[in-house]
Amino acid sequence: MDLKELYRDVILDHNKRPRNFGRLEPPAHSARGHNPLCGDQLTIYATLDGEVVSELRFEGSGCAISVASASLMTEAVRGKTRAEIGRLFGLVHDLLTRSDAPAPAELGKLAALSGVHGFPARVKCASLCWHTLNAALEGAGVPVSTE
Amino acid sequence: MSAVAAKPAALDVARLRADFPVLAQRINGKPLAYLDNGASSQRPHAVIEAERHYASEMHANVHRGVHTLSQRATDAFEAARERVRRFLNARSTREIVFTRGTTESINLVAQSFVRPRARPGDEILITHLEHHANIVPWQMACAATGAMLKVAPIDRRGEVDMEAFRSLLSARTLLVATAHVSNALGTVLPVREIVALAHARGVPVLLDGAQAVPHFALDLQALDCDFYAFSGHKLYGPDGIGVLYGRESLLEAMPPWQGGGDMILAVSFSGPTYNQLPFKFEAGTPHISGAVGLAAAIDYVDGVGLERIAAWEQELLGYATARLGAVDGLTIIGTARDKASLVSFVVEGVHPHDLGTILDQEGIAIRTGHHCAMPAIEFFGVPATARASFAFYNTREEIDRLATAVAAARAMFR
Repeated sequence: MDLKELYRDVILDHNKRPRNFGRLEPPAHSARGHNPLCGDQLTIYATLDGEVVSELRFEGSGCAISVASASLMTEAVRGKTRAEIGRLFGLVHDLLTRSDAPAPAELGKLAALSGVHGFPARVKCASLCWHTLNAALEGAGVPVSTE
Repeated sequence: MSAVAAKPAALDVARLRADFPVLAQRINGKPLAYLDNGASSQRPHAVIEAERHYASEMHANVHRGVHTLSQRATDAFEAARERVRRFLNARSTREIVFTRGTTESINLVAQSFVRPRARPGDEILITHLEHHANIVPWQMACAATGAMLKVAPIDRRGEVDMEAFRSLLSARTLLVATAHVSNALGTVLPVREIVALAHARGVPVLLDGAQAVPHFALDLQALDCDFYAFSGHKLYGPDGIGVLYGRESLLEAMPPWQGGGDMILAVSFSGPTYNQLPFKFEAGTPHISGAVGLAAAIDYVDGVGLERIAAWEQELLGYATARLGAVDGLTIIGTARDKASLVSFVVEGVHPHDLGTILDQEGIAIRTGHHCAMPAIEFFGVPATARASFAFYNTREEIDRLATAVAAARAMFR
């Protein structure tokens, strides 16, 4: 695999300058995610306006893939309903784990993560933020782990 | 022959590398540079062949049958125990218990030595740089008994604060348990001093030797520790086999921790009669081929010579410290004055996990993460490090490739 497939310019840029980095105070929903393999730690904050996620932030530390994925996610899901976000997560999951299909157009900039499938050890890095967002929106409040 | 002890002859590293089939391959199109020996080292032909020979010509269950194969297997297994005894310079094979590895050895002591003895308020003294395998078993024993875990601090070099260690030894200390060599930082602990301080207060000492046995010769009678734990797979031997050395008088007084076959002399429904040492602690069919492979690994290491191994590894450590230290933005984590051959480091702007992926593309295998020593890594204010750990079969060229690839990764993330 070519490293440039994994570390595309979009990924490097979002790692260096993560968008929507920071926290939201309650009543925003939040959840913490942890990837024990590499020590990635993320907290996702989401404000729900009815079914629509109107505001989204994240903070934490992690590898370039996990930070860029979280940053891209915050841009992609703002203004979407929980159902739309669930569908988008499904598409991202396919993108990360399947090598055959071309990235559907509705993924937009998230398609920059397509190189991850060639590095199976890194799939969890990219999916951590999505699992954590799910937990925040479900309001479960229990920490999410990739293990 | 000269009567004067000469400096040991240098290792013929190229020739020794040929003993390790796994090293000959290419990874991602590049020659493999295996720099993850602290996690697990590779096996020479001699070990692979010993296990194959055992399986092809000797295998049966041990200590049970009167038939020829069972006798051969028993002889091979007990010869392996004697080989381990000689390697450690223990007094007796009664003090050599085969386990699955270092972790199981420590758990055995936690369950069988600490748990029956500990009273609420008793203390187990460890250090801040321990592997989780030398933290969690004690936490479990403490939770079950009301004993408390005490932690001797470390300084910015990654050395144990021996003054603090001394003051933490108390009348309530039941056991001291420390690493011999830190897996995350490379620190070689002053184990003679630790044993002397503890024994002066009548406290027994367990040493986690997982990271020590591959690097220097041991003499447990001279060291005088009470328990010593190590694994085969970090000593060029098989995985799934390890050793607990225990002082005979202590082992004798400890109850068995697992029940089953081989650890009993007789069983009736009114109760069992336990077997003698060391079998009392070896319930069930052991990893016989693993023990045979471990003995072959010890033969191999002794053949190469631990003195010569230590000399070359210290050269590699010095070279790696200089080469990596010169990489812009790289900080070495763990700068103890006495170190085994590993270098833990972080690179500004590059997360260790990304570095691990990038180096793998160059055929370079390192460990990244918290190295199962989260408190030690967090002490340095980082979530993770990259760790290159060297064996005697590593070369300066491999370290050059490592330094070059790390510098390239840093450039990529700028």
